[in-house]
Amino acid sequence: MQNVIYLMLRRLRLPLIILVAVYAISVLGLTLIPGVDDQGRPWRMDFFHAIYFVSFLGSTIGFGEIPYPFTDAQRMWTTFIIYAAVISWLYAIGAILSLIQDQGFRRVLAFSSFARKIRRGQEPFFIVCGYGDASSLLVRELTERRIHCVVVEQDQDKILGLQVEDLPDYVPGLCEDASRSDTLIAAGLKHPRCRGVIALTGGDHSNLTIAISSKLLAPDLPVICQSDSRDTAANMDSFGTDHVIDPFEIFASRFAMMFHSPSMYLVYEWMTSIMHAPLADFTRPSTGTWLLCGYGRFGKAVLEHISAEGVEVRIIEADIAGTAAPAGTIEARGTEADTLLQAGVGEVAGIIAGTDNDANNLSIIITARQLNPKLFTVGRQNNQDNAAIFKAAQADMVMQPGVIVARHILGLIIAPLLDEFLQLTHDQNEEWANVLVSRVAGVVEDVTPETWDLAISPLQAPAVFDSMINGETVSLGDLCAHPQDRRQTLPCVPLLIKRDSEHRLLPDMDELLQAGDRILFCGRSEAARHIEHIVNDHQALRYVCTGEDRPGGIVWEWLTRKT
Amino acid sequence: MNLEKVIFAFFSILALTLNFGFFIGELDDPAHHNGYELFAALVVSLIATIMKFGDRAHIGALLLATSLVADLQLVAAALVWGFTLYVMDAPLDATTIASIVSLSGGALLANLTSVLLLVVETVTFRR
Repeated sequence: MQNVIYLMLRRLRLPLIILVAVYAISVLGLTLIPGVDDQGRPWRMDFFHAIYFVSFLGSTIGFGEIPYPFTDAQRMWTTFIIYAAVISWLYAIGAILSLIQDQGFRRVLAFSSFARKIRRGQEPFFIVCGYGDASSLLVRELTERRIHCVVVEQDQDKILGLQVEDLPDYVPGLCEDASRSDTLIAAGLKHPRCRGVIALTGGDHSNLTIAISSKLLAPDLPVICQSDSRDTAANMDSFGTDHVIDPFEIFASRFAMMFHSPSMYLVYEWMTSIMHAPLADFTRPSTGTWLLCGYGRFGKAVLEHISAEGVEVRIIEADIAGTAAPAGTIEARGTEADTLLQAGVGEVAGIIAGTDNDANNLSIIITARQLNPKLFTVGRQNNQDNAAIFKAAQADMVMQPGVIVARHILGLIIAPLLDEFLQLTHDQNEEWANVLVSRVAGVVEDVTPETWDLAISPLQAPAVFDSMINGETVSLGDLCAHPQDRRQTLPCVPLLIKRDSEHRLLPDMDELLQAGDRILFCGRSEAARHIEHIVNDHQALRYVCTGEDRPGGIVWEWLTRKT
Repeated sequence: MNLEKVIFAFFSILALTLNFGFFIGELDDPAHHNGYELFAALVVSLIATIMKFGDRAHIGALLLATSLVADLQLVAAALVWGFTLYVMDAPLDATTIASIVSLSGGALLANLTSVLLLVVETVTFRR
């Protein structure tokens, strides 16, 4: 705000001086010019009347000639005053208006009002840098879960898009370059309620700058970054960026998982899905020879992961020299039928359209399917706006970088244990994954399960904590019992208990809880609500633990003791 | 030479000199204190104040503050003058003119501080 006032005062200096000067000259003139009073005696206007006269004349109110009718000399001077005052007022008002219209001024105004809003905020929030495909999805998902966000985006149009977006929570947006540290500070980097910085600007370099400034200015704050290249990712890791997300790498490793462990793939897919998404039906791709169109960053990641699964890959790439494609690569775009035939589209199991051009990818998928209708098609969708046409093209699998990034970050935020869980499941075998999939499928109906964390702490689970202090034991099964009828189990599956540094995968229901445990659940959203109720409410907890529905309150307790 | 600085110093010093011109004389003698001089001192002081607007340096803020004090004192003096003559409908007697002049004396002190600050700033300015 300081800035705004100074800027305004400096710009109004000249108009104000002109106004003061014009008024002063007018008043002086009026007091000097001789006039006559009502009896015709010589009379001079005094300062008081002169100031009064000029004040109403200058603002074009015009009460008339007071206190006595003017002489011609006075009228001549008054004519001068009228024009001078009107012109100087016009100039002053014009200066104020042009100041308000001024882009620079509006920017300062927007910046300071944004910074003020953030400073006064009392709720925990995340800073989201960039408002592209991934971040708009992420902001929507976060606000739907009542987690507050602040958006910093350089593109004015995208900020306007944020303002018209129908989000369940107010999200302050600032149109500034997020890689500048003062912007980050204005967005609340040093605010005690800031819970993390998410850098999704769409440029590796600015993400890197954001990560490094956040780590320097607020070392304890978690920083989540998107990175499209391994160099940048390694660089970000080197100074302690908490999570570096490479959508191509994530997709490629998931995709490769489909070949050796479809159930594990489903576990990953379900656990990191967006809210209320329908359960994906799943066709297992066959191992065999695959065609890969486009050998950029995406193609390289896919090739690396699926060749490790023993899948033979033929590559089609338009620029062999530029991408350093391996020997045997066919130099073409892959959109033409003859190239695809030359690559043997008739005998391969599947095709991956992975160029950085959506139109080309669609063309590859459609042409390839015409040549071989049994093909398993995978399309890379670069732009979120093209979702409808990719859906219409009916590819078996569509890789959407924005969705992958948003889902991954969401998992990190709402269930921090999920990342550890997924890493632990990596070592498990397919049978284990089958059991897990069937258990999860048993509790959820047709939408993807939600995952959430619960810490047995005085803040998150006060009722459980209290009864532990009183020496009572609470088991995991107690928490998963329905608070209205404890014989029923809530539709949820406890996935992991983390006790100190020890992990218990798929814990038993009779597992006794300890203070400081962190539990990862997965299941329907109403189960999350019921569990939240149980761990906060002494009554409900007592009922699920003992089956006693004891009434609360002094009077009721006394009454029940009597009987 | 900076033209902006010249104009700025001109108005600051003119405000001081005009103020002094009004102040000097027998304290309670209306004949020694001209209304036009008070008017000129007030107008120049106002312009000097506006010229100090928007300076973010510390000394700039001090200059603005002293200037505002001078304005306030001079406006008070003018109000006393006008109030006595037109609202009370009383002649300008020794008591009234004494209070007007002493108010302008306060403004003189503020203007003097302002000019001193200006001098200090100029002296500490490194070439």
